[in-house]
Amino acid sequence: MIRELHQKLVTGETTATALAEEYLRRIEENDGSIGAYLTVMREDALSNARLVDEQLKRGETIDILAGIPGALKDNICVAGVRATAGSKILDNYIAPYDATVVEKLRALRGTILGKTNMDEFAMGSSTESSAYQKTKNPFDGERVPGGSSGGSAAAVAALEAVWALGSDTGGSIRQPAAFCGLVGLKPTYGRVSRYGLMAMASSLDQIGPFGTSVEDVAIVFSRIAGHDTMDATTAEGGFGKRFEEYLTGDIRGVKIGVPKEYFSENLDSQVRDFANEALKRFQELGAEVVEISLPHSRYALPVYYILMPAEVSSNLARFDGIKYGLRINDDKDSLSQTNSLLETYLDTRRIGFGNEVKRRIMLGTYALSAGYYDAYYRKAQKVRALIRKDFEEAFEKVDVIFSPTTPGPAFRFGEKSEDPLEMYLSDIYTVTANLAGIPAISFPIGTMKEGSASLPLGGQLQGKWFDEETLLRVADAYERKTASAG
Amino acid sequence: MLSQDEVKHIALLARVGVRDEEVEKYQKDLSAVLDFFRELEELDTENVALIDHSAEATNVARTDMMANDTKVTKEALLSNVPETRNGFVKVKSVF
Repeated sequence: MIRELHQKLVTGETTATALAEEYLRRIEENDGSIGAYLTVMREDALSNARLVDEQLKRGETIDILAGIPGALKDNICVAGVRATAGSKILDNYIAPYDATVVEKLRALRGTILGKTNMDEFAMGSSTESSAYQKTKNPFDGERVPGGSSGGSAAAVAALEAVWALGSDTGGSIRQPAAFCGLVGLKPTYGRVSRYGLMAMASSLDQIGPFGTSVEDVAIVFSRIAGHDTMDATTAEGGFGKRFEEYLTGDIRGVKIGVPKEYFSENLDSQVRDFANEALKRFQELGAEVVEISLPHSRYALPVYYILMPAEVSSNLARFDGIKYGLRINDDKDSLSQTNSLLETYLDTRRIGFGNEVKRRIMLGTYALSAGYYDAYYRKAQKVRALIRKDFEEAFEKVDVIFSPTTPGPAFRFGEKSEDPLEMYLSDIYTVTANLAGIPAISFPIGTMKEGSASLPLGGQLQGKWFDEETLLRVADAYERKTASAG
Repeated sequence: MLSQDEVKHIALLARVGVRDEEVEKYQKDLSAVLDFFRELEELDTENVALIDHSAEATNVARTDMMANDTKVTKEALLSNVPETRNGFVKVKSVF
């Protein structure tokens, strides 16, 4: 879609201003029923579009993403624009600087339409934990869009943005992409700068793109990736060609691993059928399907739900009512009644944070506390090493690893929000990539009927460290084949 | 199962105020997740080396010079502070 729109801009068939206006109109007309956006950056979008149009008028070459309207998850900072991360504790927070990804997008004049809804501080798999609003799945208004980047996914799926950025700590890009029929990429840890992304779990977080095609995702990804002196975990060195240039459609000889642990008898039979169909299609394209084993994958969820809250408890210590955001100074219902600094902390965090955030902060605090550190945190770090080793061994035999993205399609509002553990289990296929630090992509592999609703399903490919190009090439070849098969 | 006193202790360590009527709910929720962690106990990790990070990065240090970063202004930072006085952040007394 991006390439077509770019062509229209270059040939003068449309203007960047007209594009921005069209998408702003769609947001105005439709977003009341979708709820994807928390903040619409109308003036910003239009003034950027005017700059692109002036460049075009002067006959200058513009980047393929210039003037193409997109959206940002609300935990990514844009200077001078409200950034809540879906939390009441940041209700009045204005970001004082641009995230590195925003700086990069601004430099090539991508149009930014606004900031999207999300689970509070990216903690959740349904966007229901946002303190502000529900976001509906554009395929069925009674269902969640997935999460935590649910607003970004819904915005693109509802055609209220061409592309969007999300963040993925345990599946928060891939799962909503799967639920909303989109392509979503979690890059290798260290591929995209996290500077200006509100930290959730620093050893797991990555920013990545959503789009309606693999090529769109590759185009956006190429433009946000790279080393950044402001994020010491970003990898040195460039990546040669732009990622969209690797999309040849040719995947002959590519070895696709199928972990037997992911296809156990517990897997829903419909989801299994779709996954097997996808594998057949890969074979028709000349790829080789190989059964592999990831013996420690069954421990991934408990490891994730120890390490992630531990990092959360540390990262969210900064929200204390002192430096920014909400401050509760004299709550008449205060529990401590000491009128001290401690009271400010306790009251601000009790009132400012939602339940899921408080649960995870407390879990993490417990896992790191004296006497439990070895049993939980240290143990989980060791199992994380074993999970990483599973992948190292698997990637000696195969190029990519295929699985469903989620155990099922989008679920209904309230279906899992009462039981935290039930919600956590929906991350079963996605958390491993974050623990191992490898890249992973979700792309549509079919539509499942549930009653009167047609719900998209996603397939996931996990790849070698810093080998996004193979992931994108394989997913793109699949997409072309599906398009030609009708 | 965590005791109610343990829940209150964790909440205080985490600087999260918890109301008496919420303690039971947290007790139940946190204990369920902690039980789920038990699965790891069956694994022998005695000889597994620790990793802290999925990235194979080494520490990066900047030169010891004052950063002339004018992108983030003092005004922009202070405008987000709930209470200030004379350009300082105002807080309650510690005790």
